[in-house]
Amino acid sequence: MQFLVDHFFELTITGLALGSVYALVALGYTMVYGVLQLINFAHSEVFMYGTFAVAWTFTLFGATASTSTAGIIGLLIVALFAAMATSAGVALLVERTAYRPLLSRGAPKLVALISAIGASFALSEAMGLRDRITGFVGLDGPLRDYVSGARDNQSLPVSLDPAPVVTIGDYTVTTIDTLVIVSALLMMIGLDQFVRRSRMGRGMRAVAQDPESAALMGVDSQRVVRVTFLLGGLMAGAAATLYMIRIGTTRFDAGFILGVKAFTAAVLGGIGNLRGALLGGLVLGVAENWGSAIVGTQWKDVVAFTLLVVILLFRPTGLLGESLGKARA
Amino acid sequence: MKSLSALLPRNVGRRGKIIWIVVGVLFAYSLPLLELPLISTPDVDFAGVLFTMAIYVLVALGLNVVVGYAGLLDLGYVGFYAIGAYSVAMLTAEHGSLGWFAALPVAVAVAMVSGVLLGGPTLRVRGDYLAIVTLGFGEIIRLMAVNSDWLGAAAGVTKIPAPPNIGSDSAGIFAIPHLNWDAGYPLIDLSNKTEFLKFGVLDATPYYWLALTFVILILIADVRVKDSRVGRAWEALREDEDAAELMGVPTFRYKLLAFALGAFVGGLAGALFATRQGFVNPQSFQLLLSMLFVAAVVVGGQGNRWGVIVGAMLVVYIPERFRGFADFRVLLFGLALMLLATWRPQGLLPPLRTIKARAMREKLADLESGDDPEASNA
Repeated sequence: MQFLVDHFFELTITGLALGSVYALVALGYTMVYGVLQLINFAHSEVFMYGTFAVAWTFTLFGATASTSTAGIIGLLIVALFAAMATSAGVALLVERTAYRPLLSRGAPKLVALISAIGASFALSEAMGLRDRITGFVGLDGPLRDYVSGARDNQSLPVSLDPAPVVTIGDYTVTTIDTLVIVSALLMMIGLDQFVRRSRMGRGMRAVAQDPESAALMGVDSQRVVRVTFLLGGLMAGAAATLYMIRIGTTRFDAGFILGVKAFTAAVLGGIGNLRGALLGGLVLGVAENWGSAIVGTQWKDVVAFTLLVVILLFRPTGLLGESLGKARA
Repeated sequence: MKSLSALLPRNVGRRGKIIWIVVGVLFAYSLPLLELPLISTPDVDFAGVLFTMAIYVLVALGLNVVVGYAGLLDLGYVGFYAIGAYSVAMLTAEHGSLGWFAALPVAVAVAMVSGVLLGGPTLRVRGDYLAIVTLGFGEIIRLMAVNSDWLGAAAGVTKIPAPPNIGSDSAGIFAIPHLNWDAGYPLIDLSNKTEFLKFGVLDATPYYWLALTFVILILIADVRVKDSRVGRAWEALREDEDAAELMGVPTFRYKLLAFALGAFVGGLAGALFATRQGFVNPQSFQLLLSMLFVAAVVVGGQGNRWGVIVGAMLVVYIPERFRGFADFRVLLFGLALMLLATWRPQGLLPPLRTIKARAMREKLADLESGDDPEASNA
């Protein structure tokens, strides 16, 4: 308890930074759920591929510990685009292979979940076996820098030295904290505005509210679903970049626990609700940090899930309720 | 025998049914002794695989009550499995020295109580949320095992005693030789015998027999419960919860019952697993196992007990049969799940009622569009 009081600001701000990553990934879950009422289990892998895209971008441009600050910033921007493109590509692949064949036949919801779990296994293992898979076509030699040690941790080749920005209480907020929180907020405001104001966003809300009526009114629901997955992937790619800036290390199975957390965040805020995902992510990140300060870091995940159960007991539809469809333009 | 006869197709005579059941049961018991070519797994001990299959069948039958009959998506079923396993470990090895026969009912009861404790507050939450709450529960159970010294922490608990032997401890009552197919036809292999009934470390066959016995008991109970008022109430609330409530089904109570019975069977399976293994540690209860369990139920055909049995056997058998591809088996398994889901969305063996309902819907759709073949013939 004393630890929490002593490090209150540090715990809160690092919690907010982690929470923004959760929130960005949670958007992918929440949007797919809002439109299709399905839990996209493979979304954690969409995120994981993004983290690798970041690491590989750094390797590709030959970044070393001596790369200048300006160079690193440039690389980060390139990495952001690479991660967003990769994650969006994987998200669309999941939609194409694991969802569309099922949805077009009107399969039960639970089966789509199984198919997504299958996709999640396959994607994560494909990354974990990338040295062997490239070995089949004889590419494991030329691509050694990217595929070797497929089952080990992969770190950024550079260490990002954060500069202090402002001191709150006894904690010095760094550029990294600021960058992570601010860019996550900006991405989310952008997405929120897109869903609220654009024509496509209106289509998404219409399909979320009533797919049949939306189809009758001329909304191309297949396209809406594709755009939903695409947007979720883009957000996951951004989250992956921020995650790599903050944590710096990834692995072929890094997506799983983060995915579970992000999904928890989505449910916490009210699934299907974009602003709920933001709130849920931030609440979860901060609560985890405070909770683990009180009862010990090894109980961090237990704190997260207990919080979820308690909140669902008192607010069965999450903090802000479910409302991708109900959001007013 | 009424309960057992319901297990078979209806066009065989009563006596024929009994004969079929006896033959089927005998065949199931003798599988590890027959060592059939093609079916047997070449790279791993076949009896061990059969034991794992029997455990998964138990789990699938239990989860089928929750997911298939009552329609509640439980992604944390591994929690109950772990509770069963750890209870046996605690009672027999770590904090007590109860005999196996005394520990098993306690372990199962603990699992069942935990099912009620989890279900009580959470079953009021809507369906999809239940999935994430149960997922969290499964993970909490594992983390508690990892972090609590009382539960053996990350290293787990070892030296869980085997069930008591029947007959002499060295050789049992008698020994049954296995068959050997190396020559292309069966030979009795006197160098490879299973003692009846000695629970050793090397031979998994007695454990398989034990698990199979429980599978048969649970199967009989499953048939009885499914055809009772309780089973019908579950189906009603799965199809339409509001309608069921209006018809006077106390939905919450029946959901809780399904949850408790599911936990009961899950705990039993976990307890058997711990017994065979001789040790438990948190690595055996990863969340991924929950996904495998759900996959077994859905792939087989949720709601149909024969379907989920087939599903459970496939989930165990496919990776073991292809151990040659050891590193790639999870990848292939994931692809297989996707293919199966696309190819048979209703599961391999969907419940009869689902097939009927679908046929009815298709007929209705044909009638509505006005090109029903029968109608146009008339």
